[in-house]
Amino acid sequence: MTEVIATNETILVVGGGISGMTAALEAAETGKQVILVEKRAYVGGRVSQLYKYFPKLCHPTCGLEINQRRAKQNPNLRIITMAEVSDVNGEAGDYSVKVKISPRYVNDNCTACGDCGRAVESEFDDEYNYGLSKHKGAFLPHKNAYPYQYAIDPAMIGTDDATKAKEACKVDAIDLDMAEENIELKAGAIIWATGWRPYDAAKIQPYGYDRYDNVITSVEFERLMDQAGPTGGKLIRPSDGKEAKNVAFIQCAGSRDRNHLTHCSRICCMASLKQSTYVDEQFGDDADVSIYYIDIRAIDRFEDFYKKVQANDNVKFIKSKVASITLDKASQNPILNGVDTEGYHRYANQHDLVVLAVGMEPSVAEFPITLTTNSNGFIEADDSNGAIFGAGCSTDALDVNRAVQSATASALRAVQVVNKVAKAEG
Amino acid sequence: MSGNKYKSTSFLKEVEANVEQGDWVKMCMQCGVCAGSCPLGNHWEHTPQKIFMMIRAGKRDEVLTSDAMWMCTSCYNCIVRCPRELPITHIMHGLATYSKRLGLAPANNPTQKFAELFWKNLTKKGRVNELKLGIALYFMNGIGEGIKTSLKMKDIGLGMLKTKRMSVAEMFGGHGVKDKSGFDAMLKKAFEIEEAKLKKFDS
Ligand SMILES: Cc1cc2nc3c(=O)[nH]c(=O)nc-3n(C[C@H](O)[C@H](O)[C@H](O)COP(=O)(O)OP(=O)(O)OC[C@H]3O[C@@H](n4cnc5c(N)ncnc54)[C@H](O)[C@@H]3O)c2cc1C
Repeated sequence: MTEVIATNETILVVGGGISGMTAALEAAETGKQVILVEKRAYVGGRVSQLYKYFPKLCHPTCGLEINQRRAKQNPNLRIITMAEVSDVNGEAGDYSVKVKISPRYVNDNCTACGDCGRAVESEFDDEYNYGLSKHKGAFLPHKNAYPYQYAIDPAMIGTDDATKAKEACKVDAIDLDMAEENIELKAGAIIWATGWRPYDAAKIQPYGYDRYDNVITSVEFERLMDQAGPTGGKLIRPSDGKEAKNVAFIQCAGSRDRNHLTHCSRICCMASLKQSTYVDEQFGDDADVSIYYIDIRAIDRFEDFYKKVQANDNVKFIKSKVASITLDKASQNPILNGVDTEGYHRYANQHDLVVLAVGMEPSVAEFPITLTTNSNGFIEADDSNGAIFGAGCSTDALDVNRAVQSATASALRAVQVVNKVAKAEG
Repeated sequence: MSGNKYKSTSFLKEVEANVEQGDWVKMCMQCGVCAGSCPLGNHWEHTPQKIFMMIRAGKRDEVLTSDAMWMCTSCYNCIVRCPRELPITHIMHGLATYSKRLGLAPANNPTQKFAELFWKNLTKKGRVNELKLGIALYFMNGIGEGIKTSLKMKDIGLGMLKTKRMSVAEMFGGHGVKDKSGFDAMLKKAFEIEEAKLKKFDS
């Protein structure tokens, strides 16, 4: 049974991405009691699925590692993974929260030795790699996962493989009888940091994401660069494993579009500019990148990054929202059809691989308590939300820098609420 | 107008005032999806995207005498895909109607000719005389071509006669609405209302 001590001086953080982690740590480091509830088997959120960060092009593992160390060292922070908030009641300074914890089937004895993984055969879609690869039924979510523990895919429970995994474990860490738990806890303030999810590319019918193997999303493209990822870090395309040197990026795939997301997702221009450097990194002068755009929005101080990419002769900028994608059957090359706004030239361009720079939408569509959101579903800073504060991408489409600023602000707001509670209680 | 080359356009105001759905034109962000989505795109002098830009740039004559908007087949691909939900098809038809009304429509454009045939045919009796309209259409481009098309369509025509979808009697007079003078008065009134709505702009 998961034992949790919480009072109405406790701050609850929902979502353990870079925003939730930051908010939780900032609050915990001021001495407050913090509980962080994360849906996945590990914290870090979508940042952990990026290859490199703009603007500095460093590896996100670095920033995540710092946060993981801060978390490990801080006795005020309690992290509960595989957990979701199912109900919230009450008001500022006095919330009751129901949390549903799904079974991991692995307990804290786990040393991540990997014996269980080696003992089983069955494989399941790997969500961490957006389904581009499979993981074993007993698996470490990714190489820097925190907590650094294996998990058992619920689909393997009840099979022989599950028993094999249990028998292979020398430290008695596998508990196949683990069941879903529902716990209730108190909190004075809640930080809602459930982040974003990529817009469903299949809904953009003319681009054929669901029909063409070589049309992928920007989040999948990040995974191709990971050495431990589905392609072993090689930029190869799904249909035939051919090196993807001629890569097209389609901006505003689902953003700024009244048929899809009306808002500008803000980071996709920078993401594609960044990803053009990935192609450059792998193929150098053989790289041939085309970026199809309405207008490039390299938000404020990122303009110099844009300039640098523009200076690369192997990166072309085509001012046009692509109208449709068709397929050259023989080569499996997607053909991009449209009209170039600069000169109104009609084009039908073939590329090895097409990357849809998909928009960001809030990951949670329905909250367990009424929250004031804007028309795109992002949480507003509004008095009607009591002491529930949005942080990071649950409040807007943000890059990491801005997400973390927003998280720190929310931590400060939450700390003020529980300080008031503490004062009132003397 | 002032020296600002991006701000010369009273034509945009004219379109907003006089063209059906014309007030949407300013919402275009020039992304090009309509142009790229048009199945007849290769055959237009100007795509919708370009027409919207020309309107803003004040290119009145080029737009209104163009055959571009007459090429629209109302397939609605552009409307469905436009990220700003501009009613592009309707604007194209609005521009065509407006250019026709001003007498600027290209005389030899076949769609324009057919629209005129259709209108004349319809207003004569208040009902469309399909036999006469069909034949007029076949002979639109001269006698030789008319005979060729008629022969080609012979079987379909006979089939329609046989199944009573069409009657030879239509050739002599043909059917009409009951109250023809009422119908005429209604059209006249509608026309007056439309005329009164038109704002005057210097060309
Ligand atoms: C293709 C692409 C490339 C990018 N590259 C960069 C870059 O180079 N540099 C940069 O600064 N930014 C980049 N970004 C943006 C970056 O990914 C976000 O700024 C960042 O992920 C925001 O973190 P977050 O914690 O707010 O949200 P998330 O990363 O989405 O984290 C939310 C967390 O909440 C959890 N959660 C969700 N729902 C629940 C629930 N109901 N209960 C409990 N937990 C829940 C999730 O599992 C997740 O762990 C990129 C984005 C894209 C699309």
